[in-house]
Amino acid sequence: MGRVEGKVALVTGAARGQGRSHAIRLAQEGADIIAVDIADHIPLVEYPSPTQEDLDETVRQVEALDRRILARKADVRDREALAAVIDEGVAEFGHLDIVVGNAGVCTIQDWEHVTPEIWDLTISTNLYGVFNTVQLSARHLIEAGGGSIVLTSSAAGIKGLPFLVPYVASKHGVVGLMRAFATELAEYNIRVNTIHPTGVDTPMGGMASSYPPLLEAHPKLGAMLQNMLPIEITQPIDQSNAVLFLASDEARYITSTELTVDAGNTQF
Amino acid sequence: MGRLEGKVAFVTGAARGQGRSHALRMAQEGADIIAIDIEGQIDSVPYAMSRPDDMQETVRQIEALDRRIVAQQADVRDFDAVKQAVDAGVAELGRLDIVSANAGIFTEGRADELPEQTWQDMIDVNLTGVWHTVKAAIPHIRAGGRGGSIILTSSTAGLMGFENFAHYVAAKHGVVGLMRTLALELGPEFIRVNTVHPTSVNTDMIQNDMTYGLFAPDLPKEERTKDALAPRFQGMNILPIPWVEPVDISNAVVFLASDEARYITGIQLPVDAGATTK
Ligand SMILES: NC(=O)c1ccc[n+]([C@@H]2O[C@H](COP(=O)([O-])OP(=O)(O)OC[C@H]3O[C@@H](n4cnc5c(N)ncnc54)[C@H](O)[C@@H]3O)[C@@H](O)[C@H]2O)c1
Ligand SMILES: NC(=O)c1ccc[n+]([C@@H]2O[C@H](COP(=O)([O-])OP(=O)(O)OC[C@H]3O[C@@H](n4cnc5c(N)ncnc54)[C@H](O)[C@@H]3O)[C@@H](O)[C@H]2O)c1
Repeated sequence: MGRVEGKVALVTGAARGQGRSHAIRLAQEGADIIAVDIADHIPLVEYPSPTQEDLDETVRQVEALDRRILARKADVRDREALAAVIDEGVAEFGHLDIVVGNAGVCTIQDWEHVTPEIWDLTISTNLYGVFNTVQLSARHLIEAGGGSIVLTSSAAGIKGLPFLVPYVASKHGVVGLMRAFATELAEYNIRVNTIHPTGVDTPMGGMASSYPPLLEAHPKLGAMLQNMLPIEITQPIDQSNAVLFLASDEARYITSTELTVDAGNTQF
Repeated sequence: MGRLEGKVAFVTGAARGQGRSHALRMAQEGADIIAIDIEGQIDSVPYAMSRPDDMQETVRQIEALDRRIVAQQADVRDFDAVKQAVDAGVAELGRLDIVSANAGIFTEGRADELPEQTWQDMIDVNLTGVWHTVKAAIPHIRAGGRGGSIILTSSTAGLMGFENFAHYVAAKHGVVGLMRTLALELGPEFIRVNTVHPTSVNTDMIQNDMTYGLFAPDLPKEERTKDALAPRFQGMNILPIPWVEPVDISNAVVFLASDEARYITGIQLPVDAGATTK
């Protein structure tokens, strides 16, 4: 019997990286999946954008586990599109129990090179998009009699990692969203928590080419990126195992918590 | 395949309550267990602590799962006794991977009125006892060569203040400091150290006259029943429940103990129904 058997999970940013891994890990433990991703060109970011083929591959891997998946291209900033996918998924699978707000973007630059466009992209995706995800799915969780919402923040949601001003602001904001929703949704037995990854081996995590010159110019700050455990980077599965734990009934009384999966980065 | 297959776990305070549940839950996931408990009373503690037959019941339940357990009577205040127990357990079970430092007591008193002995017993058991536990265990984890996971039981009282038990709050905050430093010292060897922070747990530690008196000083003694007290306990949590069950803490312990959490160290994991955010 799987640890989330019979549950339905919405995962945003599910085309690749951590989102795909979350979808697969939850499906391995018995969940059906509603997958959302922009799966299209993302401006301003330095790493390659996800594609429709990426999203198709997530579908293939979930179906190979004999679980059901409904995958749609949608932008988490587009409330109408996002609501339509969620409603379609709930109509198809009957209920919604788990929400993983994972879609996000990241750009690297020092404070002076943050443009209004970068600010808007980051805040609208990482903060407004997560707000939309939670607000538009909460009614369905209430109807299911409770549920678990897991939002992806970052080590940068706890400390001020360098050269990521809008990202740090957005990921701290996600903690505020988590706390506020945890308070208001508790009476419906809905739990809301964040995970805080250190570096993860994904297209976003592999973008570091703009870091070296900045760190060379500001050598002291590089230490903030180091982990306490002797590893450089975590794998998506490590984040997924934490998501699975929080999503499952094993964590039925854990709410309003920041769970760091960060090899000690925020304590170092 | 269990989530802790092939591992050995050392659990203190394993005769009953959360400690028994941790031992059981870890055994269900494939671990063998080294268990200790005082199986006796400490004078400053007004509720009944565990007895030898409690530990026998823990042993029975673990063996019913076809797992091995080495159970011994030992007081965590006595380093030599703890060390002897761990050494004997490792000699029999072959290695050590996981530590659950869970043994603890709960007593009350305003900070300006606490008797010296009540303060001292609290620090000796709930703080020094935790240090003794890890000190005795670390050499064995290190010798195993595969890293390990140490889980210290703190409390919501390790994250915030509460009236009427400053000594407990101080000890449980102290456990966090110990955890943070151990995480730094042991990280290079892949030994992870984390705390869990339960809100009220449905065990003998809270279901007793002393604790009921703390929650309902206004009620006459005969009206201080579990049902009457439940709404007051519930007032501490955001989720609409009065207390959590031992298994809820055990599930968090299993997660932190397992390789699923292989890169989680230095964290305080509340299992508190939202109590610390209130
Ligand atoms: N990789 C890291 O080092 C790291 C560290 C900490 C936190 N995070 C966070 O983890 C989450 C997942 O990132 P990842 O590492 O898997 O990176 P990724 O770029 O591989 O995946 C992010 C996914 O989100 C999708 N997405 C982006 N904008 C979207 C939008 N507007 N609408 C819908 N989908 C959108 C992308 O298409 C992509 O598939 C992000 O929130 C990220 O900020 C990543
Ligand atoms: N019950 C709660 O509401 C609650 C809340 C937060 C934290 N905690 C903590 O959880 C842990 C477990 O408590 P519990 O709720 O299972 O209570 P419990 O009283 O049922 O169990 C505690 C066990 O520790 C043993 N013990 C006490 N002193 C010892 C010593 N000196 N040496 C060896 N063993 C000793 C006791 O005999 C008992 O078996 C404790 O550390 C406690 O402080 C409990």
